[in-house]
Amino acid sequence: MKKIVIVDDEPNIVMTLEYTFKKHNFEVYIARDGSEALEILQSVIPDVIMLDVMMPNVDGYQTLKSIKENDQLKDTKVVFLTAKNKASDIEKGLKLGADKYLTKPFSVKKIVSEINELIA
Amino acid sequence: MSNYVLFIIIVTYLAALFLIAYLAEKNSKSKWVNNSVVYTLSLAVYCTAWTYYGSIGIAANSGVNFLPIYLGPVIAAPLWIVLMRKIVRISKQHKISSIADFISLRYGNHRFLGALVTIVCLMAIVPYISLQLKAVSETFQILSDDTSYVATSVYDDSTFYIALLLAVFATFFGTQTTDASEKHKGIVMSVAFESVLKLVFFLFVGIYVTYVLFDGTEDIYTKMSAAENFESLTTINGFEGGFNWLYTIMLSFMAIFLLPRQFQVSVVENVREKHLKNAIWMFPLYLLLFNFFVIFIAWAGNLTIGNTVQAEYYALLLPLQNGNTFLSVLVFLGGFSAVISMVVVATLALSTMVSNNLVIPYGFLDYFIKSHPERNAKYIKNIRRISIFLIIISAYAFYVNFSFELSLYSIGLMAFVIIAQLAPSFFIGLFWNRGSSQATIAGIISGIAVVFYTLILPFSLHALNGSDDLVQNGFAGIEVLKPHALFGIDFLSPPAHAFFWSILVNLFCYMTFSVIKKGNYRERNYAEMYVDSKNYTDLQDGALVWKGEAYVADIKKVLVKFLGDTRTERALNLFFRKYDLPIDTQMADARLINFSEKLLTGSIGSASAKILIASVVKEDEVSLVEVLKILEESKETIARNKLLREKSNELTQLTNQLKDANEELIEKDRQKDEFLDTVAHELKTPITGIRAATELLLDDDDDMPQEIKAQFLKNMLQDSDRLSRLIHNILDFEKLSKGRTQLNIKTHNIKNTIQKTIDTLRHIADKKQVEIVNLNPNDFEVEYDEDRIVQVLTNLISNAIKFCDVKKGKIIVDYKIDLGYLEVIINDNGRGIPKQDLPYIFDKFYQSKNQNIQKPEGSGLGLAICKQIIENHNGEVWVKNNEKSGATFGFKMPFK
Repeated sequence: MKKIVIVDDEPNIVMTLEYTFKKHNFEVYIARDGSEALEILQSVIPDVIMLDVMMPNVDGYQTLKSIKENDQLKDTKVVFLTAKNKASDIEKGLKLGADKYLTKPFSVKKIVSEINELIA
Repeated sequence: MSNYVLFIIIVTYLAALFLIAYLAEKNSKSKWVNNSVVYTLSLAVYCTAWTYYGSIGIAANSGVNFLPIYLGPVIAAPLWIVLMRKIVRISKQHKISSIADFISLRYGNHRFLGALVTIVCLMAIVPYISLQLKAVSETFQILSDDTSYVATSVYDDSTFYIALLLAVFATFFGTQTTDASEKHKGIVMSVAFESVLKLVFFLFVGIYVTYVLFDGTEDIYTKMSAAENFESLTTINGFEGGFNWLYTIMLSFMAIFLLPRQFQVSVVENVREKHLKNAIWMFPLYLLLFNFFVIFIAWAGNLTIGNTVQAEYYALLLPLQNGNTFLSVLVFLGGFSAVISMVVVATLALSTMVSNNLVIPYGFLDYFIKSHPERNAKYIKNIRRISIFLIIISAYAFYVNFSFELSLYSIGLMAFVIIAQLAPSFFIGLFWNRGSSQATIAGIISGIAVVFYTLILPFSLHALNGSDDLVQNGFAGIEVLKPHALFGIDFLSPPAHAFFWSILVNLFCYMTFSVIKKGNYRERNYAEMYVDSKNYTDLQDGALVWKGEAYVADIKKVLVKFLGDTRTERALNLFFRKYDLPIDTQMADARLINFSEKLLTGSIGSASAKILIASVVKEDEVSLVEVLKILEESKETIARNKLLREKSNELTQLTNQLKDANEELIEKDRQKDEFLDTVAHELKTPITGIRAATELLLDDDDDMPQEIKAQFLKNMLQDSDRLSRLIHNILDFEKLSKGRTQLNIKTHNIKNTIQKTIDTLRHIADKKQVEIVNLNPNDFEVEYDEDRIVQVLTNLISNAIKFCDVKKGKIIVDYKIDLGYLEVIINDNGRGIPKQDLPYIFDKFYQSKNQNIQKPEGSGLGLAICKQIIENHNGEVWVKNNEKSGATFGFKMPFK
């Protein structure tokens, strides 16, 4: 089973994503911020991590940096899912090493197809 | 008093002076050494034994005639601010070390002129010094009881040894550096000290005579008015006397500038120009104090001693005859101080002139060029040292052979008349650029010739063989050539008469020759610099016009001979840096020529400096027209540069202002962008939730379990509420902060308003079992917008509820009235606010990182709106953490 870690501090959004990926046979892990995500990643090596940028405590950028430093996660894909949709924001996210940059609001169907495409 | 005791006192006193001079040299940077009082007191070197003893002699014999000698300087003093400042400025710029240098430089570093001025000064000053020695010797004899003893040879004469000691003093402190334009702070300090002593001791004896020996000034006046010649003693004696007064005042006016010792202390030793400001009133005051008792001591002497032959020494004799030996020793020391300061400064000044303007330019330049720098420095110093000894020994010789019958007053005045011959070239040269070197030489020589015939010759004949034949009958028996009454002018005193004729002839020659024949270009160059000193000071080294071919290496070779390798290297490096020239510049320009001449001037005088530099360069003749053109151009360049600099400064200022304004705009823009970004993000978040849930509900309608469906719908409702709340808050905040909302200010009871808010929040609080207390039971009526204050209170109290723990929570709302302010305080016992959040908590969209669980409920604008509302009421909000637990929010606003 494919594993996904969803990192976002908005419970309502997380709820829709959790429902969707579970339905598409993903093992879903939820983290409310970067530090929770890193904790989960100590025991889980997912296929993909979905990251929000603006979160309390440890934000998405910092989380990505920590992920990149972890050798065990070198095959894990990282996707930003954020409301920040300026060209400069997208450039920054991809430069930091994200594999995809998706923006909010999003279409659930599109998200699933993008993720599947990425880890196929 | 025995000879030996007196001699020991003298030696002890000299030792003290050595110490003072030594300490001043050691602390040469101290403000005790460099101040206007020391400067003024050093100017008082003007008051010699002539003032100390001679004035009393004149006052006793011819009344108030002693005064004009001091009126000249008093009249001159206010002019210093203009005249002396100009002289000081020029001298500093050109490193001038004596009046001979000053005059010779003005007329184009003229070698012969420098030598001539030196000779004139020697003629005037050597006899003057000898008279000072005479005063020491005579007062020494009066004070020592050994009257029968007469010195039979030089070696028995204490005056000789005193003179030698003074020479040692002057040598030691006067020739420490080869650069004579350097300051001699030790000597200046000792002179200042002596000036204090001589004044104080003279005032002592004045008070003693007037108030102890007599019953005050009135007593002396009354007794004296019985004398038959009283009338002539108290007036200036009519028309003829008036002329004598006028000429004597003019003489002393010139002397205060021209005497070598005055030039030394007032110009060469001037540390700061601004010291002149205080000197212009302190120095006249000093002279006034000094002269106050002269007439009374003189009259008291006339009344008690009666022997006017010794009138010069009344100040000493009066206390001595009344048994006050102590006071007479003080008077002696005061007079001795006057002598020392004059002798030391005068010989120092003369020795500089003799070495830099007479000996070096006329005999040693070739030698110097071949020798080593250390040896040259030693040689220059030795020339000065030998000069000092020779000058003092000549003065002593003059005293031994010549001066028996002369009074201090007459020799002093003779010195003034001789030195006055420098006046036309000195004063007019400062303001008239046509004055030329040849005219100056002609003027000085003719003036001196007249002085010689009308003053020196009759005096010498009289002193040598007692013959007054020339004075009575005139040269070859011609009536109109009588030395003291040339062409029938027989009503003037001999010095005034000599002054009148010599200065007339001198002036005539100077003016006529200057007009008839123009000076060469170099003369005109320096003339411009002197006359227009203010403008040319700006030009600095560029003020000298010079054309020709010169190699830096050649000039360097000359400089090294006098300054040594390191100093030369340093000076040239400074020069190159100053004018932004490469360090390996090969060809020298006019500025380097001028700079190098200046470097040498202090050591060997301006004439020698010019000769030396000229010996290694190939100079082209420049026409006068060209000189003036170049000078005009450089002046214009300077002016243009100044204008450019000002303009560029203005521009820089403007640019900076623009930059600041721009940065402010960018910052405002950035803040606006940030605000919009945050608003967009906050709006997108609930929309994202609604969008995703709607899509799922729409597509998965069949498979989706019922409870999940319900949850999604509930979330959508929540998100919609959040959205509308957010929109409302944003609009509210915008309106409040732009001042688009009018406050509805009315009188309300604050207790009731608080209660009203608590009541509406009661159900939320009850849910969490949080207690809310309205603490202050008193009614108080204040004016405010009640809806808005309820909004603030609601926000703050609901925040407090949010942070309180279930069941344990307690919120206390209180208000205070203090000095026209209403303060409302909301205190809770929740978990408090993270320290790092405290400063930002009222900023818009600042949400604590620790409250993420609460996120859906907050818009991020609540506290920012509170702050805005209170600020619109002219108040302020604040927050702090409680010591134990929880936080306290408060706001404070003024009421009428």
